[in-house]
Amino acid sequence: MKYIDEYRDKDKVSVLVDEIKKRSTKPITLMEVCGGHTMSIQKFGIPFLLPENIKLISGPGCPVCVTDRKYIDQAIAYSRMPNTIIATYGDLIRVPGSSSSLENERAIGRDIRVVYSILDAIKIAEDNLNKRLIFLGIGFETTTPATAIGILTAKKKALTNFFVYSAHKIMPPAMAALIDEEVKIDAYIGPGHVSVITGTNIYNFIPQKYGLGIVIAGFEPTDLLQSILMLVKQCETVKPRVEIQYGRAVTSQGNRIAQNKVKEVFEARDDWWRGLGVLANSGLAIKEKYARYDAEKSFEVEVEPIKKEKGCICGSVLKGIAKPIECKLFAKACTPMDPVGPCMVSSEGACHAYYKYRDLN
Amino acid sequence: MIRKNIVLGHGSGGKLTDELIRSVFVKRFDNEILTVQGDSAILPLRASLLSFTTDSFVVNPLFFPGGNIGTIAIAGTVNDLAVSGAKPLYLSAAFILEEGFPLDDLEQIVISMAKEARLAGVKIVTGDTKVVERGHADGVFINTSGIGLLVEGRKAISTGSGIAVGDKILINGPIANHGMAIMAERNNLNISADIKSDCTSLNALINSVFNVCDESDVKFMRDATRGGLSSVLCELFDKKTFGVEVREDRVPIDDNVMGMCELLGFDPFHVANEGKLVMVVDGKKAENILNAMQKHPLGKQAAIIGDITASHPGKGHIITGVGGKRVIDRLAGEQLPRIC
Repeated sequence: MKYIDEYRDKDKVSVLVDEIKKRSTKPITLMEVCGGHTMSIQKFGIPFLLPENIKLISGPGCPVCVTDRKYIDQAIAYSRMPNTIIATYGDLIRVPGSSSSLENERAIGRDIRVVYSILDAIKIAEDNLNKRLIFLGIGFETTTPATAIGILTAKKKALTNFFVYSAHKIMPPAMAALIDEEVKIDAYIGPGHVSVITGTNIYNFIPQKYGLGIVIAGFEPTDLLQSILMLVKQCETVKPRVEIQYGRAVTSQGNRIAQNKVKEVFEARDDWWRGLGVLANSGLAIKEKYARYDAEKSFEVEVEPIKKEKGCICGSVLKGIAKPIECKLFAKACTPMDPVGPCMVSSEGACHAYYKYRDLN
Repeated sequence: MIRKNIVLGHGSGGKLTDELIRSVFVKRFDNEILTVQGDSAILPLRASLLSFTTDSFVVNPLFFPGGNIGTIAIAGTVNDLAVSGAKPLYLSAAFILEEGFPLDDLEQIVISMAKEARLAGVKIVTGDTKVVERGHADGVFINTSGIGLLVEGRKAISTGSGIAVGDKILINGPIANHGMAIMAERNNLNISADIKSDCTSLNALINSVFNVCDESDVKFMRDATRGGLSSVLCELFDKKTFGVEVREDRVPIDDNVMGMCELLGFDPFHVANEGKLVMVVDGKKAENILNAMQKHPLGKQAAIIGDITASHPGKGHIITGVGGKRVIDRLAGEQLPRIC
């Protein structure tokens, strides 16, 4: 299939693997901070191809996984309000809250709908003017522009029953926090889709302040291996810098139109990340100007007190200081069928990816 | 009055029920056993081994590219019998109809069932109709049960007890078409992928295989339905003394299906099929059997996709297209589209 086969070409892959093996002499640890990368690495069996001295670890790149349990509890509380429809991306519905999940709530009759685009949520709001629709806005820089456009569209259409509950976050503060917390990594495999929107200048602080390299990578096997090769070269020559491998989609400036839409609707706020705690200016709140579309400002709901999961080490997994298989619950008490922590829920979550594509040992 | 919709009276057991049975079901399923209309069908069977199976069908949407709930209701039960090595003969068909369901739609479904039964060479010999109040069902639910004749030599096929190291795994064509056809239809994704469900009866294809080999050469058969190819493979190696190795690049998949799976972040190995036969055969006869499959219209893209191995007993892995390795596992819950 065009645009897929050429990036999954076995011969090109083996050339890249040979080159990596030739160039790489010292042990290095590379962290990917994009859930899509975690998924691809496991799906294509990339670790199996790499020499033993190159270790890949997964960072906080899955939006569902880093989201606070309180967010789920509050979304569930919203779903229990009368005349309310919740629209959400699919990943979120199975995430356990303190005592329920959106999936459970749907089973007992709450109106919770999985959408593929926020514009589907707008359509549902238009078709149900006698009800209120709350869209669960979640994701990093990749999905935020869509949410911004959703709000702008609702305004243009003068919809009064459309609301967004924002858990949108931005990536760089988390990338900085990981290094500040002395997680042992030598370089970042930079997020591909995030960078399509943001451009790459947002990562300049990584080599400048921390002396670590970053290569913005695509999602196919040749993309990932070429990126790993570029990082190997950076590490071997001790010349950390920001490089783009995913050149067919990413520029240093990014998508200006999308950036402006986000700036128009959202503003930075401190936000809580699972595993990392509160990070300054790492979350996005809806600006006062668009407050009428902000679910948090529009509805008071009683949210149950948070119950913490016992034994789950999602926090450490998200920081890359523990691998999913090091968790006592992994593949035993915690499986994709019956997840304890959010990393097991989303297909982008490190635990889910490790579970699904775990090796035979 | 010409009725256009199902009413509660159609399930009352009175005149309306009788009319529905005669004008829709008996008319379309017409055969000498059904037309007797006794309380049970009398089957002229002389056999020491019978296969017996049942399945309920609750598809949404009821109509989709490549078929409808009726096609699946027949093909699904025929296939369950056929992959056990049996010759499917007689089916029952029970309908639970929602009040208000359009009679035209019911007729379309019944016509598809009759057509699929004819193609598969089976007779629908008994049935039932119930009507529930509006909102208590989703249009129509269908249950079919089936009886087939099993010969002694094929008894081991359903358990796979004869599988040995060196055997080969075959599939008759591209995977994931049914699941992605339903997905596109159900969610109004506005993707012009033109994906058709593969739903079909597989017994004729299976016959064509037995024409070129001994009964003992076929060690195991399953139709890969819900849970996709992965579920069948897991069933194959679970708690066994051998392992399974599948080569991803040998597993046929259509470009449009692949594209849609990529777009939604679905693993095609986990996506449902309704006309895919997975077979484990004697390694020495595999090429022969493959050729026979490829000559059949339902096996044009058949392929040998993997091996039964001595290594990693009770487990299976996929050699990825780029030479990496990953484990084969069952799907947990429903596949959810990714956020980004």
